[in-house]
Amino acid sequence: MTPGEPLVRWDWIASHAEDIGQRVGEHLELTVIAVAMGFLIAFVLSLLALRVPRLYGPITWTTGILYTIPSLALFALLIPYTGLSLLSAEIGLVSYTLLILIRNIVAGVRGVPVEVRDAARGMGYTDRQILWRVELPLALAVIFAGIRVATITTIGLVTVTALIGQGGMGYFILLGIQLFFSTALIVGALGSVVLAVLADGTLVLAQRALTPWTRAG
Amino acid sequence: MKRGRMLTAALVAVAIVASACGGAGSGGTATKPDVIVGSTNFYEQITLGELYSQILEANGYKVTRKFNLGNREIVEPAIESGQIDIDAEYLATLLAFVDKDGKIAKPTTDPKETQTGLQKALDAKSLTVLDPAAATDQNGFVVTQAIASSKSLKKLSDLASIGNTLVLGGPPECPTRPFCALGLKNTYGITFKDFKPLDAGGPLTVAALEGKQIDVGLLFTSDPSIVAKNFVLLDDDKHLQLADNIAPVVRNALLQKDDGTLKRLLNSISAKLTQAELNDMNKQVAVDKADSKVVAAAWLKKQGLIK
Amino acid sequence: MTALGDLFRWLTDPTNWQGSHGIPVRVFEHIELSGISVLIALVIAMPIALYLGHTGRGGFIAINVANVGRALPSLALLAFGLVIAIALGLGLGFWPTVFALVPLAIPPIVTNAYVAIREVDRDVVEAARGMGLSETGILRSIEVPLGLPVILSGVRTAAVNVVATATLGALVAGGALGRFIVDGLALQEYDQLMGGALLVALLAIATEVSFAALERATVPPGMVAIR
Repeated sequence: MTPGEPLVRWDWIASHAEDIGQRVGEHLELTVIAVAMGFLIAFVLSLLALRVPRLYGPITWTTGILYTIPSLALFALLIPYTGLSLLSAEIGLVSYTLLILIRNIVAGVRGVPVEVRDAARGMGYTDRQILWRVELPLALAVIFAGIRVATITTIGLVTVTALIGQGGMGYFILLGIQLFFSTALIVGALGSVVLAVLADGTLVLAQRALTPWTRAG
Repeated sequence: MKRGRMLTAALVAVAIVASACGGAGSGGTATKPDVIVGSTNFYEQITLGELYSQILEANGYKVTRKFNLGNREIVEPAIESGQIDIDAEYLATLLAFVDKDGKIAKPTTDPKETQTGLQKALDAKSLTVLDPAAATDQNGFVVTQAIASSKSLKKLSDLASIGNTLVLGGPPECPTRPFCALGLKNTYGITFKDFKPLDAGGPLTVAALEGKQIDVGLLFTSDPSIVAKNFVLLDDDKHLQLADNIAPVVRNALLQKDDGTLKRLLNSISAKLTQAELNDMNKQVAVDKADSKVVAAAWLKKQGLIK
Repeated sequence: MTALGDLFRWLTDPTNWQGSHGIPVRVFEHIELSGISVLIALVIAMPIALYLGHTGRGGFIAINVANVGRALPSLALLAFGLVIAIALGLGLGFWPTVFALVPLAIPPIVTNAYVAIREVDRDVVEAARGMGLSETGILRSIEVPLGLPVILSGVRTAAVNVVATATLGALVAGGALGRFIVDGLALQEYDQLMGGALLVALLAIATEVSFAALERATVPPGMVAIR
């Protein structure tokens, strides 16, 4: 940073409070849309993989490939097709959540003990009822673990979307880089870490609320 | 739980579609169309974008800002395709960019001539370049004080004989740009030993110059770091850089929807934007780390362009 | 699709395979960058993780370091890395990127190593202690060998993450495969951009596969029968 320039300029932060708030909102919006859409798509694909086990391999293989494409490249490659838009950012962000979510949903459902499934069948449950009333609720813990990882990863990746004109907290990171301005950089970096920690905490609370039986054990 | 999930899904789907379709031209009052102002990823561009945005907003236009989109290779197609409506450009460089072989027009050192030539080239793209300002910003090639003294460098021609011992640093697109490395080769006969892709006249280039990882760096002529860091700006004695006056480029589709106010407002900015004013605004943003938005607002008020 | 045609042409163009900016050099730079970052992360994190796992202390930290690590935006780490590197006179490119990649690699290494050691059957450890093995002896001869597959799985995750993220180094004047992506984007040369992305993806997959094989090979013979 420029010598003589303090590491953090609190006056800058104070005068930009509204801006920072707006970017936080932007960041959360990008994240929530991505994880929600990602979960929807992952859920559908997982149900498919559970019904037709042969598809699990190809599905995880494809989403795995998506996961290894560097984020900057993926966003950049979308520009000619979907422009410098929220849509491009979301397509990229959603792609990165798929592998984790599918793996966890499938593993969670498959992890339900055979005896429980047999007991349910013995009680006259149909396959569909077993899935929705037995397997999924019991798989919630593992599914939530996947959602937590997907959310945190997405919060980190949203910063990269600043390079295609979107951004959330990434905007401040980019500003910091362009102007060699440490305050903006710290706001951007710490901001997204704090968001991630808060998001994770919220999800843990939500999980506890939805699965009261796990605490009783 | 199932119904709740479907509702969420529907809401999310609507949200995505809405945001993807969002942007230009849905709403706005009868005479004042919605406007999208864009900029490249350079702080001066953001300041200029703010000037245009704020004067329009002060006069009742609804403006969406899409700044920091990348370099010209990304922003120019964006204005052609309508993803943005207005951006700030530099006459000679844009002309050379859209008319690479000079078939339609060639840029010169005269702003009026260059503007006419540029408009001819932009006609096919349904774009209009408005009045240029007196302020310019061009590619400048700088060296550190130490190198300038040890190799007696004052002007760009001095590099011709020793180019192959020097490393050039600049934005990744420099080797293919006619006012950058390509131009240095064609006009001055300079071939460098190596090229390091850095950023567009930003802190990476400054750091590379100071850290001696490059010998010659590209900085923009309105950059306050040249003076602040005691760099030597090599004189463009063969006039490789031409009339790079700053002018707004606007989509014809937008101008047609407007009653002429937009054009008048943007031209009023160009009329008052001198080199000194531009340099001062750049210094405030780059050195004092003031906010582009605030700097632009202060300038517009000082010039009496907004209240 | 012409895009794939362009990509194929770029990949088969011999000029792209020559010189100091060619594909082989960039691949080597990428492996070098990733390898050194993972190595440094191992040196820093592994001893701590093994110690914590063995003594059973600091579990909370070990698990949550992973969460925070995943949330660190790489772009910000890169910018900080740049500042640190310049301050230390280490220049642009390589070292700023290493400074960004090491924090990325540490969390999976720590979490997995910790869990791996913890998972080792306590009875076995007690028996070893009863036989007179020292604490480090236990770690070395019992816990690490038994936990090796899970430990390596953590290193695998770290390595794959590093390989994919090392592309950002090109943003701070670095080389490696990220150069094709950043330059491709700047020049709007999509064949170069796709080529770079493809090569990184292939390298990441190769890393994943190699480590997976290594994990399978290091499962102690006795355990194979149980699994």
